[in-house]
Amino acid sequence: MAEKKYITVDGNEAAAYVAYRCSEVIAIYPITPSSNMGEYADEWASKGIKNLWGTVPTVYEMQSEGGAAGAVHGSLQAGALTTTFTASQGLLLKIPNMYKIAGELTPAVFNISARTIATHALSIFGDHSDINAARQTGFAMLAAGSVQEVMDMETIAWASTLRSRIPFLHFFDGFRTSHEVQKIEVLADEIIKEMINDDLVSEHRKRALNPEHPVLRGTAQNPDVFFQNRETINTFYNACPKIVQEEMDKFAKLTGRQYKLFEYVGAPDAEYVIVIMASGADATHATVEYLTKNFGEKVGVLKVHLYRPFSIEHFLNELPKSVKAIAVLDRTKEPGATGEPLYLDVVDAIFKSVQNGTSKFDKVPYVVGGRYGLSSKEFTPAMIKGVFDNLKLPRPKSNFVIGIKDDILNSSLDYDAKFNIESEKVVRALFWGLGSDGTVGANKNSIKIIGENTDNYCQGYFVYDSKKSGSITISHLRFGPEILRTPYQVTHANFVACHQTVFLEKYDVVKNLVEGGVFLLNTPVPVNEVWNSLPKSQQKQIIERKIKVYAIDAQTVAEKSGMGRRINTVMQTCFFAISGVLPKEQAIAEIKKSIIKTYGKKGDKIVQMNLDAVDSTLANLFEVPVPSNVTASWETLPPMAPNTPEFVAKVEGAILGLYGDDLPTSVFPVDGTWPTATTQYEKRNIALTIPVWDEQLCIQCGKCTLVCPHASIRIKSYSPEFLVNVPETFKHVPTRDIEYKGEEYTIQIAPEDCTGCGVCVEACPVVDKKNPSHKALDMQPQPPLRAKENENWEFFLNVPDKDRKQIKITNIRQQQIQRPLFEFSGACAGCGETPYVKLVSQLFGDRTLVANATGCSSIYGGNLPTTPWAVDKNGRGPAWNNSLFEDNAEFGLGMRLAVDKQTEIAKDLLNRLQYQIGVDLVNEILDATQNNEEEIDAQRDRVVKLKEKLKGVSSLDAKRMIDLADYLVKKSVWIIGGDGWAYDIGYGGLDHVLASGKNVNILVLDTEVYSNTGGQMSKSSPIGSISKFAAGGKQTRKKDLGLMAMSYGNVYVASVAVGSNDAQTLKAFVEAEAYDGPSIIIAYSHCIAHGIDMSNPLKNQKALVDSGLWILYRYNPTLAAAEKNPFVLDSKAPKIPVAQYMDMEIRFKMLSKINPTAYKELYKKAQDVTEERYKYFSYLAARENF
Amino acid sequence: MNLKTEYLGLKIQSPFILSASPIDENINNLKRLEELGIGAVVLHSLFEEQLVDEQFELDYHLTHGTESFAEATSYFPNYDEYKLGPEEYLEHIHKVKNNIKVPVIASLNGSTIGGWTKYAKNMQEAGADALELNIYNIPADFNLTASDIEDAYLKILQEVKSIVNIPVAVKLSPYFTNFANMVKRFDEVGADGFVLFNRFYQPDININTYEVEPKIELSNSAISRIELRWIAILKNKIKANLAATGGIITGQDAFKMILAGANATQIFASIARNGLDYLTIMMREFVQIMEEKGFNNVADVVGIACQKNIPNPSAFERAQYMKALTSYKLHF
Repeated sequence: MAEKKYITVDGNEAAAYVAYRCSEVIAIYPITPSSNMGEYADEWASKGIKNLWGTVPTVYEMQSEGGAAGAVHGSLQAGALTTTFTASQGLLLKIPNMYKIAGELTPAVFNISARTIATHALSIFGDHSDINAARQTGFAMLAAGSVQEVMDMETIAWASTLRSRIPFLHFFDGFRTSHEVQKIEVLADEIIKEMINDDLVSEHRKRALNPEHPVLRGTAQNPDVFFQNRETINTFYNACPKIVQEEMDKFAKLTGRQYKLFEYVGAPDAEYVIVIMASGADATHATVEYLTKNFGEKVGVLKVHLYRPFSIEHFLNELPKSVKAIAVLDRTKEPGATGEPLYLDVVDAIFKSVQNGTSKFDKVPYVVGGRYGLSSKEFTPAMIKGVFDNLKLPRPKSNFVIGIKDDILNSSLDYDAKFNIESEKVVRALFWGLGSDGTVGANKNSIKIIGENTDNYCQGYFVYDSKKSGSITISHLRFGPEILRTPYQVTHANFVACHQTVFLEKYDVVKNLVEGGVFLLNTPVPVNEVWNSLPKSQQKQIIERKIKVYAIDAQTVAEKSGMGRRINTVMQTCFFAISGVLPKEQAIAEIKKSIIKTYGKKGDKIVQMNLDAVDSTLANLFEVPVPSNVTASWETLPPMAPNTPEFVAKVEGAILGLYGDDLPTSVFPVDGTWPTATTQYEKRNIALTIPVWDEQLCIQCGKCTLVCPHASIRIKSYSPEFLVNVPETFKHVPTRDIEYKGEEYTIQIAPEDCTGCGVCVEACPVVDKKNPSHKALDMQPQPPLRAKENENWEFFLNVPDKDRKQIKITNIRQQQIQRPLFEFSGACAGCGETPYVKLVSQLFGDRTLVANATGCSSIYGGNLPTTPWAVDKNGRGPAWNNSLFEDNAEFGLGMRLAVDKQTEIAKDLLNRLQYQIGVDLVNEILDATQNNEEEIDAQRDRVVKLKEKLKGVSSLDAKRMIDLADYLVKKSVWIIGGDGWAYDIGYGGLDHVLASGKNVNILVLDTEVYSNTGGQMSKSSPIGSISKFAAGGKQTRKKDLGLMAMSYGNVYVASVAVGSNDAQTLKAFVEAEAYDGPSIIIAYSHCIAHGIDMSNPLKNQKALVDSGLWILYRYNPTLAAAEKNPFVLDSKAPKIPVAQYMDMEIRFKMLSKINPTAYKELYKKAQDVTEERYKYFSYLAARENF
Repeated sequence: MNLKTEYLGLKIQSPFILSASPIDENINNLKRLEELGIGAVVLHSLFEEQLVDEQFELDYHLTHGTESFAEATSYFPNYDEYKLGPEEYLEHIHKVKNNIKVPVIASLNGSTIGGWTKYAKNMQEAGADALELNIYNIPADFNLTASDIEDAYLKILQEVKSIVNIPVAVKLSPYFTNFANMVKRFDEVGADGFVLFNRFYQPDININTYEVEPKIELSNSAISRIELRWIAILKNKIKANLAATGGIITGQDAFKMILAGANATQIFASIARNGLDYLTIMMREFVQIMEEKGFNNVADVVGIACQKNIPNPSAFERAQYMKALTSYKLHF
């Protein structure tokens, strides 16, 4: 046995580690939570790390998971050892190929970080709905329950697939295992090599397609032979379980870790047994050990590793004969089935043994099935005990749920949430941080320090926010002398750190601290005032549970060390200083070593800055005396604004306050329907500074509101008569627009909804001629402005919106008065996408249906708790849905077809009912043009009249007419998504929809990279840009989607960049919607993934267009119909070299720090491509004779 | 005609040296200049401050927005190393040395003593034949005295000299209360040469946006007077060599500088404006004037008209400046 070596990794890395070593070709596509596996593989390949046979695997990113599966199939057929990584919808897309790969008995391993499949809602979190959807494909399925098991099972899967010829799907729980960091024993290459039989590799190659000895696969067979041929594989499946067990035994000899297909843990004479797989099995393992050891309970757990082929023989062998009742727990839901899949397998196995007369049981056990842990719902020892308690009942509940409260059918099991099996030997720490303060990174680092310098086992799990700006992170860390079988969050912490004072206002941060625990607070308050700064209920808990309190002004220490807002190193030092995990001196020395190791590659200045921070920390860390009485008079604030509608307050408010787990089933909509316009109640207060308007200086151009990503700066022009009971600081001046003469004008900030990005200030063109540091908008600290501006905001909201008929939508200063119906989303501060989305909502929101591709825009558009799509005063607003990632164009087209069909039926009914309705009204409705707000409004009035008339008519036609009358008002269908969708995974559908001739509007939010999944290359990524899967800089030019769309001739195409030319952007949106046919707008969207200053992103957009790398144009087929050139080039000739723009963004510039030669070459190519492309577009613009 | 001469103890094939500029970034340019007769090349400056800024910039962007959202815990690939130090510059020295035979002088602008010495050593190790210390900053600190600054400058040279054994020239601006004294002190510390003068990029204000914009203008012959004066004053009074830079546009300009006492002249604006091959014209003009004056050897010309040698030495000193201005006015 080789010497043991330990590393701290997450489950994804553990899987990729072995998969990479066993593969020659790796075909990938990003999807949460599996993306990291592909990224690791790509990273290792780019560093030249070799596989077991000394070659660097080829890692290839495809356009979709379906594409990746196809490439895997091809690679396998051509003889290479091949793997892939995916989850959820990605796995669904691979299924067709999986049937083929299994049907052809091809050894392969697919790695799945199991994730929820979208149903009534999408969820990025973990359960087994995806892998269960693939269980019929013929793949063997192997489950791992912990990070160590992931590495081990991956090896066993490779060994077994080569021997059995059955492809393997190796799965582990998404996020819970894929993202959990654990200290594990790493497998040496020799061990993995020992497990892989080279003769079997050779056989795999010999079966490959090879023109030297050709064969043919993929025949089409007919009723005469298909069936028989299909039955030939059975012997392979029958042989598979034994092979896997033999490989597990071999693995045990090499490593000392013995696995079984079904692994029993517990009392040998257990009466109550849980059957379960993956991380839940690990938690049950620990709970069973606790119950048997401490209470002598006759309980056990059967951990399922080989789920398919399901070996009844092995399963029954492992169960104790004493078992009286079995609970089978499935982490999936199969509506309409008699039970979930694993439950049915168990019932079937036991029934067969009884039927065959081979049953070993003293008495046929009572088997119940239950569901747990959907979408990473916590699964704790308390719940596990609840399941055992149920089994002990005379008639245990079946088809139950555990971990939630089902008050509709009362299917949930009760359990004592206080039940806890945490060992006192384990340090359990919770850290509340902000994404931007570096808390998670520091904690990952602490785990490495402790893992590498002590014999302790370590575990880290990180809970992130659903928002991309001002996001909270909660880190759950454990350190202990024994293997940590604790795949659930820390609820009994002996150390809690609150890295941001503002959390005290919103959350009960000390809730999870045990008696005598330690509470560390980062606060700017002097140490003698810290106690009084804590809210009442938290003071009470601290006194009652004798909690020790420490405080540090980490912000000041960090700033003095040059680290700005990143307090990570300071807080990490505090943790080591007071938690006692390591002796203080040793801990400090290790932190310093680790700083040099971690930051060394970023340069000596960065290292020094962090070292300085460590040195300054201890002198600024104080223990806070805890008095015996509560002294605070204030309490944590409610999570939502007052006057919130009941449902929103009850449900969304609970989610916001982090009590979502406590909500019972009955409060939820049954079909995924959710109210819009609820972000307004959230009041996030995340801005440090907000814009302040100088009404005298302002020229009322509207540019600030146009670029605001969160609709938190608004304009109104209104009659002075509304200026009654005006708040003291509410600002207004006469409207400058001559058409609104006599009106008053206000630009108002929503102080608690603004993220403080500052893009409005960048857009403001007015500099005070007497004071160049002052503009018509300046950023100023939010706290002193908050109360007054809130009052102003409330007043502003009550000032009526301007009549849309009076607004010229082609004029920005007027158009921006339109009320945004997309507000306060969870997008990044400074987001480049949302201004476009908001623009659609302003221009057409009251009659728009939105089909939204999965990605950033579906997350900030629809991620709970609150919804940013909003309504106007009439209750109208965009109706929105997200179907999938790959089908969005088709989804939107379907909406159009439905709208058109219903409009057609409504028109038909109008004709049929013309005498009941009145011929004049019918003709007016049918003949109405709806080309502008005035005409649309008039049609709405007619429809109101129509409904009025129909009230007196009782025919079936009249009822149908009432149902469909709204379709007589023009509807706008918007298909929105990012470049990952439009250029890659959804391109086939997008192309088909463009070719359809139907009136849909496609908005491509082009960030030139997969933003939502963390910056992977798309076909939109520009030449020379660095992204994941293009670590050496993208070698090829960006796909010209606009040019491809133009080739149809009847598609409206526009390329826009609002930061460069806002008037052109507005023109394009208006024209696209007006065009009665397919339109596509490709909208340049700066992104956090570009490595830019997100408070000044517009200058990048200007430089981008000035360099010619992005060309502004519009192609309008209606011009061609009028015999004019349909192509209008809106960009001037490039005036700066592309290098000047590219060096403004880290995504390009970083290449100079990685590979200076490639940097120069690719910059040159980028320049050449840009010049060539501009020449071509100039040619298109110059054409005559249409 | 023998154009060969010596500068910083290096043998150079002509007194024309490429000044620190972006021209050297393309090695083909250097090869061409070598063919045309360039005496030596000074590489563009390595700025320590820029290296540090780039570290901060990269660190900010590699961490900004990370570990905040479950689906995107990072936005860029992970690399084992970044070329954030002088590696690229050092590789460049190495490459230049492998491609041309004329002496290669590396140019350095440090911001800390540690930076000056570390990078100077690196440059020597990378094969530079000499160093040019580009001591460049705008002292705007109201509490800093002239002697503080001067002492700091001397310390830089002292430290660099203590750590390298190749010749070290100092490129200076003329903005010292007593420039002659400053040069003397540098000379005593062991400067091998002085490059006169460093021209700073000067700010301009955009009258529409009120934004400050750096202006870069190529030099012309007229601006070379100041270095002409100082070269003439310094020649034969110090041990170190002298090189003129700024405003050497024609062969005549170069000839004048050598007459004043320069061992070499550094050129940039002329070839930036007219192309690399313009060096041929400058050299032709230079040779022509040498021939006209009856010289066969550049070394014979150096310092003929320096202050020490001319009959009216005060012509080069400040008092004469007023006179010159007065006579200039008389033309109107």
